[in-house]
Amino acid sequence: MSENILKKNRYKNLTKNMNVKEIGLLVFMIIAMIYIQMKNPQFLTGTNITDLLKNTSLLGMLSVGMMLVMLTGGIDLSIGAVLALSGMSAARFVSIYPDLPVVFSLLLGMMIGIVTGLILGLLVSKGRINPTIASLGMMNVHRGLTYVVGNNAWISAHQMTPAFKSLSTGSLFGLNNLILFSITTFAIFYYFLQYAKTGRNIYAVGSNYEATSITGIATNRTIVTAYVLNGLIAGLAGVLWVSKYASAQGDTGVGYEMSVIAACVLGGVSVRGGVGKISSLILGVLMLGILNNALPLLNISTFWEDFITGFIILVAILLNLYIQKRQKKDALKRRAI
Amino acid sequence: MKKTLYFLAATAVLLAGCTNSGSEGETGSTDDVKSFGFVYKNTGNPFGEKLMEGFINSIEEQGYTAITKAPDSPTAEQQINMIQELVAQGVDGIAISANDPDALQPALNAARDQGIQIISIDSAVNTESRNTHIQQADPVGIGRVLAESALDMADGAGEIAILSATSTATNQNTWIEEMQNVMDSDEKYADLKIVKIAYGDDLRDKSTSETEALLQSYPDLKVIVAPSTVALAAAAKVVTDKGIGDNVKVTGLGLPSEMAEYIESDVTPYMYLWNPIDMGYLAGYTLAEMADGNISGELGDTFDAGDLGTKEVTEAMDGGTEVLLGEPFKFDAENIDQWKDIF
Amino acid sequence: MEELKWKYELSTKKDKSIKSFFMQWEWLLVVILILIITFNSSISGNFFTVNTFLTAPMSFMDKAFMVLPMTFILLLGMIDISVGSIVALSAVMMGLAFQSGAPMWLAIVTSLFTGVICGFLNGLLNTKFSELPPMILTFATQTIFRGFSYVLLENNSISGFPTWYTNLGWGSVAGIPIIMLVFIVVAILFTAVLHKTVFGREIYAIGFNKRTSIISGVKVNRNIIIVFTLMGLMAAVTSLFLTSRMSSVRADIGMGYELEVIAMVVLGGVNTSGGIGRILGPIISVFIIGFLRYGLGIANVSSQTITLIIGVLLIVSVLVTRIKIKNKKI
Repeated sequence: MSENILKKNRYKNLTKNMNVKEIGLLVFMIIAMIYIQMKNPQFLTGTNITDLLKNTSLLGMLSVGMMLVMLTGGIDLSIGAVLALSGMSAARFVSIYPDLPVVFSLLLGMMIGIVTGLILGLLVSKGRINPTIASLGMMNVHRGLTYVVGNNAWISAHQMTPAFKSLSTGSLFGLNNLILFSITTFAIFYYFLQYAKTGRNIYAVGSNYEATSITGIATNRTIVTAYVLNGLIAGLAGVLWVSKYASAQGDTGVGYEMSVIAACVLGGVSVRGGVGKISSLILGVLMLGILNNALPLLNISTFWEDFITGFIILVAILLNLYIQKRQKKDALKRRAI
Repeated sequence: MKKTLYFLAATAVLLAGCTNSGSEGETGSTDDVKSFGFVYKNTGNPFGEKLMEGFINSIEEQGYTAITKAPDSPTAEQQINMIQELVAQGVDGIAISANDPDALQPALNAARDQGIQIISIDSAVNTESRNTHIQQADPVGIGRVLAESALDMADGAGEIAILSATSTATNQNTWIEEMQNVMDSDEKYADLKIVKIAYGDDLRDKSTSETEALLQSYPDLKVIVAPSTVALAAAAKVVTDKGIGDNVKVTGLGLPSEMAEYIESDVTPYMYLWNPIDMGYLAGYTLAEMADGNISGELGDTFDAGDLGTKEVTEAMDGGTEVLLGEPFKFDAENIDQWKDIF
Repeated sequence: MEELKWKYELSTKKDKSIKSFFMQWEWLLVVILILIITFNSSISGNFFTVNTFLTAPMSFMDKAFMVLPMTFILLLGMIDISVGSIVALSAVMMGLAFQSGAPMWLAIVTSLFTGVICGFLNGLLNTKFSELPPMILTFATQTIFRGFSYVLLENNSISGFPTWYTNLGWGSVAGIPIIMLVFIVVAILFTAVLHKTVFGREIYAIGFNKRTSIISGVKVNRNIIIVFTLMGLMAAVTSLFLTSRMSSVRADIGMGYELEVIAMVVLGGVNTSGGIGRILGPIISVFIIGFLRYGLGIANVSSQTITLIIGVLLIVSVLVTRIKIKNKKI
């Protein structure tokens, strides 16, 4: 009997996905898409949508990792540098050992991500260092290491094996690999955050650190797990990135962390911690992806792009806040009854 | 107290460690021997590395010391600091590839006031900041080969687009302008139309999405001209991935290492560039000759540039003087193999 | 995760022994500074000269102006990552004013005014929408300000400033760089405000416990707006010296400055969750990072290695702060 009630509540969780906040973002997106389509009918075509999804896949994966970290109340500014480091290492590996199966380079990238995530997680949890500072410092370290690994040179397309390059260009069941990777990441972490104990713990730690530590949840371990998973995703994404663009440079991904954070913020993840859902994250990622895809199509002068993007982000977060406040008010009203 | 000592010890070790690993770019200095500095636009750039290689070769060939520096982000602010450092290190001459043509003027003039010779290379500084400029190839000539390649690959008529680096890049903007001048002045380009100039900011992902946008918005596009190696490689990859290499060709200025794959697959039938090793080499000789007092960078000066033979200082487009390396070099399927591992 | 606030500042009995006086973070910074100077002198003969100490500061002092108000912001428990963009926008506005024929002094005023407006905007946003973290709000304004700079100036540059203006960044008076003199004056002002006025104490209070401050009648919102406005003003001052050193203005200057400034403040012992730290620390760390960069640069250490070292220095220093505080008896 009680099991049935539990099952029913779980189901409710799934269908309760669309709350006002997300509907707002969705409506905004639809209006934007209609506008873009009117200006350039090439927008809603099969090829363009596929391009959009492919380009946004990596952003999506990285956003999931960043969300995990932000849920604990932290942030990771080093994600661009980790991307570069793992990508450069994987590319170097492939160029030196072209006959080894490609999966080894993927594993190498993920290993590097795990190690960087571990270091950062320990600095933040055990070392009690503010995540902004810790990740800023590590960003410099990883960036320097990337140049060392690459020997101050680039790795070009002709030094990479076709197998390596097809990691990102190949497809399975008709869907491009990158899109598959991102869908898988979203799915895995949806279940992780919703149903796994560690996943729920991440929310707990982010919402109220002191209370969580008192209740016996291993806060340090949870935080480290979040950072390690983030690193793992970043490492994987790094290999895929380098494969997608068939190039590894020392300055790959410089500044990319800001795009990832923007996607998370648009997707309703709170920097304070404890708030964020995969479903709204997907919307946030798509919104940013649409922006990046549509601005060149709209023939807007390059010099306006930054300004428009910043403006939209500001409007989005203020709107989000407004809706959140309204929700709180409504919830309080209902309670009073 | 203990922890503080540990920290101090750690700092000391850290700093000591970097003496061993960090001292790069200086090639055995003695106080009496002349030294020359080279400042590039940013680190980790293969083109810049080769420029430095040529420079170091020529400087050492003449028995002097070479110091090379490059900022980790392509800003003028960092280059100003590097110029100041070189002055403090007592160099006799500086060759610089600038991130901004005007912003370095006060710094370079302060250096010249101390008797240091200044030349620019690859990306020029304004005429008041330099003695002369090492020009890879005449910009009009570069514009012409870009226009001609586009015309050839479009079979005489059609839509073409340009994908450049950042919107503020002086080099690229000059070359694009010259290309447009060539096209406007000659009848044979009457049916060739530039539909858009896009900017990839020298970022792979941005260049890729700009290329995709171009292909989407202009389905009849025949050629993409990219006067920057990152843009060129990114565009070629997009065309390759979409499998439209027979209908859309990509050309421009790019590194043979980056473009080897696409030249071999004929997505890029041919492209142009110049030899950065030779450029750096030429810069080394020019600076040394100036420091010795043999030339001063004025119009008509001639000097011996080692393996490159005799060179003459000619008039530059911006009103100053320059030393021309030569003609743009064509890379195609026949010679790409021998160049792709060099730079 | 909010860091647990360390309570030792509140203890009424101040530990006045000689040992605890020298155990303060600021002395550690001085030691590090001396270490760095010694080290730099040993790896390069060119370092320990009068020239270095007088001219090297010119290369890193421009950011120093922003370190002062950033200390205030961090003491409030907030952050501002839009400062680099404010530098760019104020420079662009100054350039445009100059270009359209305004006399140089008016252009300078325009720059300062732009900085003030941008800072004020940041302050308004952060007080009206205080539920949103300052990191996010200033992230949005960072993009908007930078974007606006590009809209205004596109890819052009403005130069041709009068020689006396260029001298601001390059010149010296009685051997001391002008920029250093101005900085000393401004630093004294900021120190006085922070440690000697009620306003300064209110800043500490707000950073330590915002709720209590509101209840005690501190005009929290007004103070926050003032601090952010000051930040904008100082960013404009930075842009003045920066453009003076470059004698030109572009829309892409000042990139990445915010992170460097924050690093200097944190290295100076200011806690990012607010309420702890003194302004002397960040001032010393300006010199630490400045001389470290310069010294290593003269010794031809590559710029990536330098950045790597600074990254490690930052982490190690913060780590040690944590360990020290942990061991201290409350």
